[in-house]
Amino acid sequence: MELYLRRRFVNSIVLTLSLVATIVGLIWLAAILWTLLSNGLAALSFDLFTQTTPPPGSQGGLINAIYGSVIMTLIGTLVGTPVGILAGTFLAEYGRSSRLSDVIRFINDILLSAPSIIVGLFVYEIMVIRMGHFSAWAGAMALAILVIPVVLRTTEDMLKLIPDALREAAAALGTPKWRIVTMICYRAAIQGLLTGVMLAVARISGETAPLLFTALNNQFMSTNLNGPMANLPVVIFQFAMSPYHDWQTLAWAGALLITFVILVLNISARIIANWSRVNQ
Amino acid sequence: MMSDSSSPALDSRVANSPGTTPPRPMLRTTIGTATAMAGPKAEPSPVRIEIKNLKFYYKKYEALKGISLPIYDKRVTAFIGPSGCGKSTLLRVLNRIYQLYPDQSASGEVSFDGKNLLDPKLDLNLLRAKIGMVFQKPTPFPMSIYDNIAFGVRLYEKLPQSEMDGRVEQALRRAALWEEVKNKLKQSGLGLSGGQQQRLCIARAIAIQPEVLLLDEPASALDPISTLKVEELISELKNDYCIALVTHNMQQAARAADYTAFMYLGELIEFDETQVIFTNPSKKQTEDYVTGRFG
Repeated sequence: MELYLRRRFVNSIVLTLSLVATIVGLIWLAAILWTLLSNGLAALSFDLFTQTTPPPGSQGGLINAIYGSVIMTLIGTLVGTPVGILAGTFLAEYGRSSRLSDVIRFINDILLSAPSIIVGLFVYEIMVIRMGHFSAWAGAMALAILVIPVVLRTTEDMLKLIPDALREAAAALGTPKWRIVTMICYRAAIQGLLTGVMLAVARISGETAPLLFTALNNQFMSTNLNGPMANLPVVIFQFAMSPYHDWQTLAWAGALLITFVILVLNISARIIANWSRVNQ
Repeated sequence: MMSDSSSPALDSRVANSPGTTPPRPMLRTTIGTATAMAGPKAEPSPVRIEIKNLKFYYKKYEALKGISLPIYDKRVTAFIGPSGCGKSTLLRVLNRIYQLYPDQSASGEVSFDGKNLLDPKLDLNLLRAKIGMVFQKPTPFPMSIYDNIAFGVRLYEKLPQSEMDGRVEQALRRAALWEEVKNKLKQSGLGLSGGQQQRLCIARAIAIQPEVLLLDEPASALDPISTLKVEELISELKNDYCIALVTHNMQQAARAADYTAFMYLGELIEFDETQVIFTNPSKKQTEDYVTGRFG
């Protein structure tokens, strides 16, 4: 009985401690969101989406940065996703027991946790220096390199969740391997694959370091992929550090925008993942 | 296991012929009998697959230790034996599905259509189109009921829409599923019940018009009603196909099979007509197993 009481006592202490730890963790998140909302909401305006970044002391918006972010994220995703999906397919379907797979998996894990500034420097070295100028292409490539490990990992994991029985059933009909993969495995794992891509987009849409070295920034509206291009993270970085109040306000608005987009992406990824669970 | 049949289950009683299965009140207790299991001795059937000294390895472990037996055309051959005896393994050799896994290998000879089925140069996809397989667990593809059937057909034939519709309907009818799904062909195959899913898989296998059907415990995950339907289907299908059936359920073997092979620990203990195996086996081990004294 004494032992039981002691257990209950220890239990209540541990429970309290974990609760406190949770609250301590969440307080910061709440504080960040609160600051972001209170400063960002006030800065939101229609101009944000119609005007380009202003010189200090005048009115303006973020349209060039928004455009740049969207376009570079898009290209980065379009380039990185196929590579990640194909490589993940190799690991899960073709090279399951080969030594090469272990090597690829290990390197991918390193890439997954590599600081993004390294990726930025790498692209700076091989693209920006060779081309002689900053460019949106270089920015998109840096983002693509960040997309690959995320998509590769989720693709492999999701394909491995498909039971072998399904592959056997398809093979037993005389289905060639590539058709088993494309028509059966991809189809069965489609929600998981989409979730992976969403998470990758969420990851790169807030990345600053790789863009700082590659796309740099552009004060004007530019659609030239071969030149520097504005983007939200770098604009936020630059404006937030500036001494000008109206720039700081725009930085808050940009930060809120990015946070909102990432939130939406994460929630959609969740919904897609849940939807797949319900459907299988 | 099987303790209920250890009593004099093997003496003659009225039972069902495997061909036509009337309502069967005592599903569990009707072991087939000498008169019931009409493996017609009178008309011998040609050998479709001849297995000679087949050995199978999971890495170094020898799972089949030199099996030899014939599988007759238009007959059902059942493989029985305790878990791990190698009966599923044997079946998985016949369409070389084991080759999906690099650490499994087979040696010996399995002749089919005058060729050795184990020949590494054989085109596996063409082989598997001729030798269909239905697995223990229903495995509908993540697509509509219609596409589940059409998928396999499209691999080897280009049919106009109307003909494809006909093939799908025919396959579903033969698998006794048409009436239940004809109004929801566009719905996902995953939405069907377990028994329906299994019949869908059988329909899928016969839609590509194979010559041999391998059934790996096709009814083990099903309730008695669905089991009955699948068994009826098997006896229906044997008019056109050579069928190899792995089963844990001895009554099922007795009801559905013309020939039965009893396997134990990777060896073929006895192979004969089903009625002989169940009523007058020549080996003590076989008798012990079919009467439920071990296994």
